[in-house]
Amino acid sequence: MSADFLLELRCEEIPARMQAKASEDLARLFTEKLAEAGLKAGKLTSYVTPRRLALIAHDLPLATEAVSEEFKGPRTSAPEQALEGFLRKTGLGKEQLEDRDGVWFATVEKPGRATAQVLAEAIPAIVRAFPWPKSMRWGEASLSTESLRWVRPLQSIVALLGEEIVPFAIEGIHADRIIAGHRFHFEGQIAIQAPASYAEQLRSAHVIVDQDERRRLIEQRANALATEAGLELIPDAGLVAENAGLTEWPVPLLGRFDPAFLEVPPEVIQLTLRINQKYFVLRDGRGALANAFICTANIDAIDGGKAIVAGNGKVLTARLSDARFFWEQDKKTRLEDHAKKLARITFHEKLGTVADKVERVAKLARWLAEEGVVKGADPDQAEQAARLAKADLVTEMVGEFPELQGLMGGYYARAEGLPDAVADAIRDHYKPVGQGDEIPTAPLTIAVSLADKLDTLVGFFQIGEKPTGSKDPFALRRASLGILGLIIENGIRVSMRDLLTAAMHPGGGNAGRSLADFLIERLKVQQREAGIRHDMIDAVVAVELGGDNVRMVNRVRALQNFITTDDGINLLAGYKRAANILKKERPDTIKLESEAGEEDPGAALTAPDVAEAMRVHEHVPLSYAPEPAEAALIAALDQAEPRADAAIAVEDFEGAMAALATLRAPIDAFFDGVTVNDSDEVKRESRLNLLTRIRAAVHKVADFSAIEG
Amino acid sequence: MPDTASPLSFQRLILTLHDYWAAQGCVILQPFDMRVGAGTFHPATTLRSLGPDPWNCAYVQPSRRPTDGRYGENPNRLQHYYQYQVIMKPSPPDLQQLYLGSLAAIGIDPLLHDIRFVEDDWESPTLGAWGLGWEVWCDGMEVTQFTYFQQMGGFDCKPVAGELTYGLERLAMYIQGVDSVYDLVFNDAVGNRPAGTYGDVFLENERQMSKWNFEVADTDKLFRWFKDCEAECEASIVAGVPLAAYEQAIEASHVFNLLQARGVISVQERASYIGRVRDMAKGSCEAWMAHSGWTA
Repeated sequence: MSADFLLELRCEEIPARMQAKASEDLARLFTEKLAEAGLKAGKLTSYVTPRRLALIAHDLPLATEAVSEEFKGPRTSAPEQALEGFLRKTGLGKEQLEDRDGVWFATVEKPGRATAQVLAEAIPAIVRAFPWPKSMRWGEASLSTESLRWVRPLQSIVALLGEEIVPFAIEGIHADRIIAGHRFHFEGQIAIQAPASYAEQLRSAHVIVDQDERRRLIEQRANALATEAGLELIPDAGLVAENAGLTEWPVPLLGRFDPAFLEVPPEVIQLTLRINQKYFVLRDGRGALANAFICTANIDAIDGGKAIVAGNGKVLTARLSDARFFWEQDKKTRLEDHAKKLARITFHEKLGTVADKVERVAKLARWLAEEGVVKGADPDQAEQAARLAKADLVTEMVGEFPELQGLMGGYYARAEGLPDAVADAIRDHYKPVGQGDEIPTAPLTIAVSLADKLDTLVGFFQIGEKPTGSKDPFALRRASLGILGLIIENGIRVSMRDLLTAAMHPGGGNAGRSLADFLIERLKVQQREAGIRHDMIDAVVAVELGGDNVRMVNRVRALQNFITTDDGINLLAGYKRAANILKKERPDTIKLESEAGEEDPGAALTAPDVAEAMRVHEHVPLSYAPEPAEAALIAALDQAEPRADAAIAVEDFEGAMAALATLRAPIDAFFDGVTVNDSDEVKRESRLNLLTRIRAAVHKVADFSAIEG
Repeated sequence: MPDTASPLSFQRLILTLHDYWAAQGCVILQPFDMRVGAGTFHPATTLRSLGPDPWNCAYVQPSRRPTDGRYGENPNRLQHYYQYQVIMKPSPPDLQQLYLGSLAAIGIDPLLHDIRFVEDDWESPTLGAWGLGWEVWCDGMEVTQFTYFQQMGGFDCKPVAGELTYGLERLAMYIQGVDSVYDLVFNDAVGNRPAGTYGDVFLENERQMSKWNFEVADTDKLFRWFKDCEAECEASIVAGVPLAAYEQAIEASHVFNLLQARGVISVQERASYIGRVRDMAKGSCEAWMAHSGWTA
């Protein structure tokens, strides 16, 4: 015996952005609560509109199954207290126990429960503990702060198991079968007969309860309207979802605005339409923004929507007038004059004003160009672009639409006749804004973007404002990813040490060690996104101490590609055999190296080059006749080492590793045929030296001991 | 968008709302006689939203936002404008319906115009207050702020009050179908006594007050006034007259807005001034709670 169960929680308008998550949460919590009682629905269907959260659980058994559970108790010889405790636990009398080979056993029968009863308890529990991102109290009950919380006032509850109401009440609202229809199109009430007829009965009351259907409808109708007008809809799935979350009966309508407004940058118009008004944007046959909009009404208006379109058009005109006013006002002042006002804005109390920051960034951008760190950037233009890059922050337009920062600066720069490269650098210097954002490639833009981010990162580290845990109020992780992205994607060959030193705020605190660590961590995160294993990075970081991120990443990529090939497996295995012996026999050298491995590249900047120091250069002639396998390994190493070195010199890391991989067979033969721990101290020493040499040769590429597996 | 042959004049709009809300059992109050930034500052909202007693009222509140002044040259922005405020405590279960009824009363047909409740949570840092609700859209235009107060002066609202704030000029411009606030018909012509416009009544006021707010007001005096209000507020709390203390908080808040308009408060100072106003408002609310014998 099974039946469908319908739950509808109707409340005042649920914020559009919360609906999808709420719908998922309801399904999840419902499934969990039922599972606790041993119930499972055949299928769940979830619905959400601005005014209702609903679900239908299909094929729910009408009762939970009876279960019989067996418990093992104390021995029959156990003290009386133990037996008493067992009887209490099981709720049985002694005569109901069974004596099996001197041990008491109890069989507890749990009868099945009616599903309606389970639901009557589960639903109120779900409602009371519902995880809304923000919830509120309301009405008379709110005299107590313990009153029910919901996203907005809860109005009614429908709970039907089959055709029967599941009886329960929450805060005076009794579960029922009565629903309200569309707010304006339907007066009165409808009694839902059964879960199966819910969606259709609502449709007859002018409510499309299925969010996906509303989305499809908006999308199709908006596209059709665009086509009828000879235009093309600019797709925007987020806006479709938002409008579906604001309507129960969506009716897209097309309107026009004065084409004179098109002189305002298209991004401004788009933003005004999309963000402020939730309108769709359209383009004409040439791909240019059209003087049209599509709004989504929640009614089939009696005049076909004329008044709605006219009203929305009026609102839009007022908003676009504001935008055009800002655009014209802002252009009356040159960017360099706007920039003077930056002295009034504090960047951070310990890092001065935005004008101070601009000054530092301008110097740094010039340095990047002059030193050839960023190739192809003109130093004068780099400095100029950096000086103007933040000027749009004080314009009216960016004051109104902060998300247009950079973009507007670019427009204003072009409008006053500055070179395109400068305007582009101003426009794009915030990029990349996050993972996946486009990384600038124009030299001037790279210089300004890099300088801006370095100044922020170094400055905040100098005043001790480092990100901790989930707290990163100054978005330093993002800045670091931007820096790494700019460097790696553009192949900028520079030591991180030099870069960070150049970006230090004069007279600021010391940022060194923690900042270098932080950047390595960011590099791991960034490369992980690109599918690079963290242990590959650890292995390379241990030996790549100069801080040239491009070489580091080349090395890491080569390592990861190589390590899974036959040669790679061979090299790793050979290395591990050698390293394991050394770990046992020369633990002090390992300690030294592992310390070196953990050495932070920033601190190493002032120390001698550890990688260099690690090298074993001595090739002392042997005082004894080597075993054949020993001689073979020495010969193989003598051959492989120079080849590996030559390959490393031209940054052919795969070539270097391939050369070293030829050592695998000789190493195996060596271990099979030669005793390292010879009783002759001289032989023992020189064989350990040989293994040390192998390890050192491998470490020129990467610290293989950091590689997992 | 006139739906009827002769749309409501500005004052008829107010009178219609008064009639409507009076019929719902609201006390119709007159504006508070001090300079405030919004209708919420009226003690009939701030202080009356605290405590357990039922309270239903409606009033027009002239509101001043010095930074919005445009010397009478912008058709949509004013440094002095009217809000229509309704407070119902506890929030009635059909508050949304009551509100929609008021729109119908002023001639907005919900089957001709698209009325929407769009998420917009409200927070007033200077009042230590917040609530959840919506901005109500009529054909894409925000016409009302609809809020369920959750806290006021840092205290939980027990019970919760529902607050409606209509932007009267905007609503009137919409109903009358005019593009400039100054073209609004203010009153109805009777006999040979003509109808005047909003501009007739307020344009010169906007010009002079914008000039005073932005150029004339003596900032040294403003800073001093702020301090005086602060001292007077504290003294009034000590003296057991929280209503008087609250008036000083209101005055300080407006003086702070004037200082903002003069651009003499830096970003860091701004947060500190807001904190000082909040302390005054919270202190007054706390004293009001204590004076009334209510627990937090």
